[in-house]
Amino acid sequence: MMGAHDTGRQASAAPFAIELKGISKAFGPVQANKDISIQVAKGSIHGIIGENGAGKSTLMSILYGFYKADAGEILINGRPTTIPDSQSAIRAGIGMVFQHFKLVQNFTVLENIILGAEDGPMLATSLGKARKVLADLAREYELDVDPDALVEDLSVGHQQRVEILKALYRQAEILILDEPTGVLTPAEADHLFRILRGLKDQGKTIILITHKLREIMEITDTVSVMRRGQMTATVKTAETNPEQLAELMVGRKVLLHVEKQPANPGRTVLEVENLRVVDEQGVERLKGISLSIRAGEILGIAGVAGNGQSELLEVLGGLTRGTGVVRMNGKTLDLTGRHSDGQSRRADGIAHVPEDRQVLGLIMDFTAWENVAFGYHHAPEYQKNGLLMDNEAIRRDTEAKMATFDVRPPIPTLAAKNFSGGNQQKIVVAREIERNPDLLLVGQPTRGVDIGAIEFIHKQIVALRDAGKAVLLISVELDEIMSLSDRIAVMFDGRIMGERDPATTNERELGLLMAGVSEGAA
Amino acid sequence: MDYATFLQIFDTTLRLATPLLFACLAGLYSERAGVFDIGLEGKMLMAAMASGAVAALSGSVWIGLMAGIVGSLAFALVHGIASITFRGNQLISGVALNFVASGITVLIAQDLFGQGGRTPPLEGGARMLEITLPLAETLRPVPVIGPLYADVISGHPILVYVGLLLVPATWWLLYRTRFGLRLRAVGENPASVDTAGVSVKRLRFSAVLIAGVLCGLAGAYMATGLQAGFGREMTAGRGYIALAALIFAKWRPWHALWACLLFGFFQSLALRPDVMQAVGIKIPGPALDALPYILTVVVLAGLVGKAVPPRAGGEPYVKER
Repeated sequence: MMGAHDTGRQASAAPFAIELKGISKAFGPVQANKDISIQVAKGSIHGIIGENGAGKSTLMSILYGFYKADAGEILINGRPTTIPDSQSAIRAGIGMVFQHFKLVQNFTVLENIILGAEDGPMLATSLGKARKVLADLAREYELDVDPDALVEDLSVGHQQRVEILKALYRQAEILILDEPTGVLTPAEADHLFRILRGLKDQGKTIILITHKLREIMEITDTVSVMRRGQMTATVKTAETNPEQLAELMVGRKVLLHVEKQPANPGRTVLEVENLRVVDEQGVERLKGISLSIRAGEILGIAGVAGNGQSELLEVLGGLTRGTGVVRMNGKTLDLTGRHSDGQSRRADGIAHVPEDRQVLGLIMDFTAWENVAFGYHHAPEYQKNGLLMDNEAIRRDTEAKMATFDVRPPIPTLAAKNFSGGNQQKIVVAREIERNPDLLLVGQPTRGVDIGAIEFIHKQIVALRDAGKAVLLISVELDEIMSLSDRIAVMFDGRIMGERDPATTNERELGLLMAGVSEGAA
Repeated sequence: MDYATFLQIFDTTLRLATPLLFACLAGLYSERAGVFDIGLEGKMLMAAMASGAVAALSGSVWIGLMAGIVGSLAFALVHGIASITFRGNQLISGVALNFVASGITVLIAQDLFGQGGRTPPLEGGARMLEITLPLAETLRPVPVIGPLYADVISGHPILVYVGLLLVPATWWLLYRTRFGLRLRAVGENPASVDTAGVSVKRLRFSAVLIAGVLCGLAGAYMATGLQAGFGREMTAGRGYIALAALIFAKWRPWHALWACLLFGFFQSLALRPDVMQAVGIKIPGPALDALPYILTVVVLAGLVGKAVPPRAGGEPYVKER
């Protein structure tokens, strides 16, 4: 009975590659997915967009057999399918490229490809076969990777290709990519999109999960928007625009572009000359950086992650030692000795919003008010009787900061880990900005932060600039750098490749600098 | 010092290295799969008691050997359930098992035999016989090589040869088979195995159980081959020396063999103060016993290349999005 019914449905009009009907999933009291239905046409690129915590990843994890849905039905190619584990997902033709790659670092590319898809108990036959298949795939889809290279020696872009190859080797017809461009240079992202278009032309179905509106507009055929566990809309990409999508994601109108007046730079606040940093392994991470920032301007540093930006922030923020000259308001800072720590930097008027708020910015198990006191716990207004900390005063101060920065929920006694990513970041930004520093160092201010909070944090950074303060902004999000900065410097391999005016430069030019191509070669 | 003394020392080295080698390979399987095993000592002790007791009662060394393996496997199973199923702390589980083994072995032996926590001396069929390799006597007259073959290579209990053969077998299993690929992968990045649709738990359990069997062989060899019966705390820290050898070998099978032979050599020297004096070296025996640990610290300090343990070692696997 069932069989006949199935074939009947398959014979009629082309079934969808994936059809979800009424998928729901709750984690305790949190409803991560609420009655989600979606249809993905075969041979299309379907985007899923939504803020952090909107339920995109949960939905895809259900498709890949990581979670079992509480209710709902999954149809693959029109056929009702249960996916209790990843093995079943692979059998159903689903391949997944995770945001954090699932590769064995000290295995070769070939070994990673065959892992779990071996042809027999002996490796030799599988490796030989995989080598041939790989060569074919490389030719067909621009997916060139050295099969004998160790994964740890590959660039991030190449590692991602290995993940895609893994899926194709398992004969995936449906490819799900979770935030695939987060770690790529613009050129690598372009290459990825070419690969995806090639796969689509071969009839593969692709689901792209991203929070970047630009990518959705560039490559997808259809886009579904998720908000708070629900699917709020599915539209043809050609019939929508970024503003409309952003509104669907957040539920209200959002300013995508930072509104700011032209900068009005004053005296020089920070001067850096020939700054060098050598890491614990003896590798030189900063190879002679020189830059200056004036009061009332934002210097943006663009670059692919891992090219020395983190070290630059750390040495300026007093977390790492270095050599060279750094002058703050004309005073030469100590880069190696007793006064090279974060406390001394703060005394010199430097505030620091670190790149990784959960590791360097906050202690996740501590309450919000304790986190607000960190680094400023010696402040006179936090003391009483000359010996004790005035916890009541800190809590009051935290409450005030939470109100100013719209931190939700505004409860100072809540542990940092219980706030969402955006609200955690607001706590860090509030702590640093409210001290009215002369220079704000800020790394990845909006990483993992939802669109609404991004808008707010951007406004605060611009307001600080307009108050005549200097800002050093480091971000891997090129959009963010371009819209916030008054000047843009691009870092590659521990050096500054060049400086550009955001009004006259473009992504292509910056992308080449980010890839280490200097003007002469370009 | 004459050639005969050399041969004696090498003969002892081989005997003393064998339990180290079994335990070291046991640790290699377990830790390559990402489960740290500090409980090698306890499993060996348990196996030594079980095999000694059962051999004494049954009169058969082979039944004793089986009992040793079963005893060790029982401990391995507990370690697996604690650290894989319930995602407990692997070091705490291992230490706990060592303490339990230290007490329970004496308790059982005392209850069974009432001889102060030891088993009666094993005799005849209850002991592991030394086997003579083919042509040992024929080749003996050949200068240099003859005595080496007949006195050092030949004439050991069968488990010595099993241990030596396990080294290439382990290498082959790890690097040439599907099981080995998955085993190494699960110790480096279990998520890669999980997303490939292979069970992390099953792989880790097989590794832990293999370690149980090997520790069983180590303990049984100690009680029925190396010595004639079980005695209180008879493993005397060999489980920890095997762990040291494993780090020294950087978790690789052939290097594990060399490390165990080296540490076995130190142990055999410590047993021969006369030889040490004859060559004019004045090192007290305890200092020799400490050498494996000192060498391990040297390796861990990065003085002899870098010892990188399996990356997921010690971490219970929790599925994440």
